[in-house]
Amino acid sequence: SQHSAISSFSFFQQRIEIHKLRQGDNLILGFSIGGGIDQDPTQNPFSEDKTDKGIYVTRVTEGGPAEVAGLQIGDKIMQVNGWDMTMVTHDQARKRLTKRNEEVVRLLVTRQSLQKAVQQSMMS
Amino acid sequence: MSAAMDTESTYSGYSHYSGHSKKAHRQGRDRHKSPRSKDGSRSEKSVTIQTPPAEPLLGNDASRAEEGQDDNWGETTTAITGTSEHSISQEDIARISKDLEDSVGLDCKRYLGLTVAAVLGLLVFLTPIAFILLPQILWRDDLEPCGTVCEGLFISVAFKLLILLIGTWALFFRQPKADIPRVFVFRALLLVLIFLFVFSYWLFYGVRILDSKDTNYQGIVQYAVSLVDALLFIHYLAIVLLELRQLQPMFTVKVVRSTDGESRYYSLGHLSIQRAALVVLENYYRDFTVYNPALLTASKSRAAKHMAGLKVYNVDGPGNNASGQSRAMIAAAARRRDSSHNELYYEEADHERRVKKRRARLVVAVEEAFTHIKRLQAEEQQKAPGEMMDPREAAQAIFPSMARALQKYLRTTRQQQYHSMESILQHLSFCITNNMTPKAFLERYLNPGPTLQYDRDRWFSKQWTLVSEEAVTSGLQDGTVFVLKCLDFSLVVNVKKIPFIKLSEEFIDPKSHKFVLRLQSETSV
Repeated sequence: SQHSAISSFSFFQQRIEIHKLRQGDNLILGFSIGGGIDQDPTQNPFSEDKTDKGIYVTRVTEGGPAEVAGLQIGDKIMQVNGWDMTMVTHDQARKRLTKRNEEVVRLLVTRQSLQKAVQQSMMS
Repeated sequence: MSAAMDTESTYSGYSHYSGHSKKAHRQGRDRHKSPRSKDGSRSEKSVTIQTPPAEPLLGNDASRAEEGQDDNWGETTTAITGTSEHSISQEDIARISKDLEDSVGLDCKRYLGLTVAAVLGLLVFLTPIAFILLPQILWRDDLEPCGTVCEGLFISVAFKLLILLIGTWALFFRQPKADIPRVFVFRALLLVLIFLFVFSYWLFYGVRILDSKDTNYQGIVQYAVSLVDALLFIHYLAIVLLELRQLQPMFTVKVVRSTDGESRYYSLGHLSIQRAALVVLENYYRDFTVYNPALLTASKSRAAKHMAGLKVYNVDGPGNNASGQSRAMIAAAARRRDSSHNELYYEEADHERRVKKRRARLVVAVEEAFTHIKRLQAEEQQKAPGEMMDPREAAQAIFPSMARALQKYLRTTRQQQYHSMESILQHLSFCITNNMTPKAFLERYLNPGPTLQYDRDRWFSKQWTLVSEEAVTSGLQDGTVFVLKCLDFSLVVNVKKIPFIKLSEEFIDPKSHKFVLRLQSETSV
């Protein structure tokens, strides 16, 4: 029964708050996203389940706001400021992250290493 | 006596063993050596261990009994191991006797069959004509007159007989191309059928018409027409049974030659084993490369070396422990540090290199020779009247420049027995006549070709024996194996049924060919 509880993804999540950095006319977050319901999920190197069409973090720029906030490469973004990101197109995801009037974005992410750490602590 | 028997058969040498004069022994043994040196092309013989025979060898038991018990038999007995000279001489005898048997007895059987069939055919052909003519001859006045109907029937009989004649000529009047061991079942069946058929018609005719002198001439003519119709149907049956049934391929047959493993596959239909053997042999002459005993000497010498290494003697008495012996031999062979595989590898590599070198020299020599010959055009004929040559002379003119290279190449590939100088000259003049390039001239010599390409006395395979566990007139089945033996080698034939193929269809709507674009973009935010 312990194993069945572990298989559910959504329990192991982390909240990350990123303060956008102003660069000229733009507000940047300092990471890149991949995925979306209009994209090919089989090419996603970070997902465990190759049919997962969620938004994943594919790159984190060094020293950028995202790295400072604790975002890691391979994280799956579940929510952005309360908006769901598991069933959006790639462009919708980009838009939600780059709203010009928001200076802070609060992300709900999940990552595999997090999941494994919790599994280990539950088993020991 | 000894001089007369000094032939390839060295069996004669043993007659010198008389136990009396040692000089005779030495002469006998020297005579062994000369025939052996002639046999350059024969297979290698292993060495027979012979100690100087103070005692008589074989067959002189009387003198042995006189001398009483001989305690030295272990040292003075000759052991004959592996292939001895005996086996070679027996092969010769077999070959000579087979040639003598090429004889009268088998031909008689063939001609008997042909004459029976011919007589029957003639009888059958003349029967309808006889049916029509006999009433006219015998009781013409009593016959009812029968006008246009009968004339129409006469015409139809005439044309049907003509068609039957042409059909029979096309189907049956062919040179028998082979002599098969057992009767050809379908043909015999058809002959019997025709015979019974015509016999019953004659019986009916004799009883009902001739005896009672029937006057209804139209009926008689129609009876004759029905006979001709039935004959045409039997002809149709003959075509189906003899020609059409075996056309659809049902079996795949694998033919392997026993001496060098060359194999081919053929497709056959429903045939009896003997007819399948005929088809295989006809294709053998065209598809298999010619049997060359000279190519087998290498493997035979290797085999002889293996055997010469180990011999098992049972010195403890008569208990024949054959399996124990063979096990001991295999174990000893495994333990021995054998480097024969190494020898084989280097020998083969060396041989290939030599062949390639000689081939290059040959090709260059032939090309150069061919450049000297130019075809004379019509108008040039007047300009150089003195130098004109016919193809034969042209061939003779350029032959010496390539003869040496060609001969060396043939020697290296062990084909020199198959090409005489005369045949090479003929082929050369043939190529010159037909405007062939040097490569076309050489294709006959570079690689061994099928048996048909060569002279008949180099074939080594003219008389064949069919060896089969099942009756040779039974049909082919899956898993049938039979062997076609000739004196020097055999062809092992393995029959497999063509598998039953289950073919199903799948319909693809052309409108279903639709595609999506799969992206994987990455955006930085």
